[in-house]
Amino acid sequence: MIVAKPKPIGEIIDMIKDLNKVLVAGCNGCVAVCEAGGLKEVEVLASALRMHFMQEGKRMEIDEVSLTRQCDKEYFQPIDDQIDKYDAVVSLACGAGIQYMAENFGEKVIFPGVDTCFIGVTLEQGVWSERCQACGQCVLATTGGICPIARCSKRMLNGPCGGSEDGKCEISIVLGRDVPCGWHLIYERLKKMGQLDRFAHPSEDKDWIASRDGGPREITREDVRP
Amino acid sequence: MRLSYPTNVRIVKVPCTGRVAIIHLMKALERGADGVFVAGCLEGDCHYQAGNLRAKKRVNYVKQLLANIGANPERVAMYNLSAGMGPRFAEIAREMTEKVRQLGPNPVKTGGAIKEVAA
Repeated sequence: MIVAKPKPIGEIIDMIKDLNKVLVAGCNGCVAVCEAGGLKEVEVLASALRMHFMQEGKRMEIDEVSLTRQCDKEYFQPIDDQIDKYDAVVSLACGAGIQYMAENFGEKVIFPGVDTCFIGVTLEQGVWSERCQACGQCVLATTGGICPIARCSKRMLNGPCGGSEDGKCEISIVLGRDVPCGWHLIYERLKKMGQLDRFAHPSEDKDWIASRDGGPREITREDVRP
Repeated sequence: MRLSYPTNVRIVKVPCTGRVAIIHLMKALERGADGVFVAGCLEGDCHYQAGNLRAKKRVNYVKQLLANIGANPERVAMYNLSAGMGPRFAEIAREMTEKVRQLGPNPVKTGGAIKEVAA
């Protein structure tokens, strides 16, 4: 899923403080799963914002909605006829959802209510970890199912780099938390799988055009188009 | 025991304090309650193992949130007591009422419209 974290409420207050009518719009997709932008978070944020402005003595109307998704235009339909009455929308969707809302609602001001972070997994409740960088050309078949692009700090295709110690990436020192060396993980897993011979065949150069080096990406699939 | 405690305390019963969500505490304050306290079982004595510990975390979350929006975090509190501690409950109710009275009325008025957009 796409993992996001709530923006500090002070930032959101600053964005909307001069407005009078704001819609807080959640997304029931990925950001609801990572507890950053679903219905629950919409309710709490809207309530906190209303309380803030009420105690400031400012007349501010803040409504709530949570859409099935914000990355498919069909799901904007429930607010199509209501969007005009708002000065702005605080969207709690991921960056894609926020932008798609902006694209679909003309000149309407859309503010981000979350910081979108990465494509990842839930390690345990409240702990999420990055697993994929959407590079557009998956190499997991040759790396024991562990991604060197997402899990190696240097995105090396042939590692490890020599900077790791006890299986920890050297970036751990800077970050102050243990970051496993991606290539150490790959080595250990390939060893268990009996596929260490993979290291005798280094990866070919990767076509980074499929990743961000090719600019914003778009996929057109004629087989599934109407 | 016929214990008396302040009549302004409104009790909302839940099966376990683990049922108390952040939004419940926020709504109480948003709608004008001057303070909210969560009375959970003693730590380590939760019938559902960790309900009261979860409630404690949520109360702390709301305290932080209140501080971040310029409200007084002291308006929410978590207390732990067992079902057999009636006198303690009355004492807590008095203590919380007194604390909240000192803080003064909740500056949040119920004037702001709360509407749910149909989805």
